Amino acid sequence: MKSAVLVFPGSNCDRDLAVAIEQVTGRAPAMVWHRETQLPDGTGLIAVPGGFSYGDYLRSGAMAARSPIMQAVAEASGKGVPVLGICNGFQVLTEAGLLPGALMRNAGLHFVCRPVGLRVENTQSIFTSAYQAGEEISVPVAHHDGNYQADAETLDRLEGEGRVAFRYTGEVNGSARNIAGILNPQGNVLGMMPHPERVVEAAHGGTDGRRLFEGLLEAVA
Amino acid sequence: MKARVFVTLKPGVLDPQGKAIHHALEGLGFGGVQEVRAGKLIELELADGTGDEEIADMCRKLLANTVIENFKIEKLEKA
Repeated sequence: MKSAVLVFPGSNCDRDLAVAIEQVTGRAPAMVWHRETQLPDGTGLIAVPGGFSYGDYLRSGAMAARSPIMQAVAEASGKGVPVLGICNGFQVLTEAGLLPGALMRNAGLHFVCRPVGLRVENTQSIFTSAYQAGEEISVPVAHHDGNYQADAETLDRLEGEGRVAFRYTGEVNGSARNIAGILNPQGNVLGMMPHPERVVEAAHGGTDGRRLFEGLLEAVA
Repeated sequence: MKARVFVTLKPGVLDPQGKAIHHALEGLGFGGVQEVRAGKLIELELADGTGDEEIADMCRKLLANTVIENFKIEKLEKA
C-alpha cells in the first residue's frame, strides 16, 4: 500500500506515524510537505499527524486546514481514499470540513498527557475491523484542545449512523458523550485524538494501536 | 481602511478559558462578576473599497470557525 504522511510546520508526530505505517505495511510512506498541491500517484492512505501545526495560531488546525495540500486531500477523500487524522490531524480534518464538529480547549484547561481507556464502538470501518466490538484498549493522549463538541443533532446523527469509532471509558477532556474518534458518512475518514502510532510495538509499553494499521492494510490492500 | 473582526463563542458553547478568567477575578476579590466569555479581536488593514461581503467571506473561510463561533465586523474609516 502506498501511503502519504502530511507534514506541516509544527507537526511533531509525523515521524512516529511514518515508522508505525512502515512497520505494519512494509513500505515507507511519502512525506508530503504542506505546500505541495498534489499527492503522489496511487496514494492509498493519507495520514495527518499530530503536533502543533502553525503553533496552533488562530485555532488548532485552522491554518493547516487551509494549506495547499488540503485541496488534494479533500479531492482524494471524495474519491474514497482513506484519511487518518490523529490529534492535531483530527483538528485539521474538522477545520477543513472533512469531519463535523470542533475540538476545543480541554474542559479542565490542563494539557492531558497519559494513556487512556478507549472503547471500540464500531468495528465495521476500515480502520477498526481488527478490533472486537466493545473491546477496551489503552492508547495515549497528549493534547490541550481535545474537547470534542458538536450540536446535539450532529451528535445524534454520529451515534445513529455508527460514526463514533472510539469513546473514552472515563472523563478525559470534557468531550461531548466522551467521543474520542469519529468517521465521516462514507467511513473513509477517521479523526481521533488518541495516538495509536505510539503503541505499535512492545517497547512502547503497549501494542493496542497496531491493529488499527493492520486492519487498514487488510481492508485496503 | 481598517476593520475589526470580533470572534466570539456562540451562546451555549462551553468556554473553559472564560471560566478560568472568572475564577481568577474572584481570586483577586472581584465578587460582582457573573460570567466571563473570552473571544478574539482581529484588526485588518484593508485596501480602500474592500467590500463587506469580502470581509465576511474572510471570516467564514478562516477567521472564525462557524461551527462554534460567531463573528462581528466593525469598519473603521482612516483616523
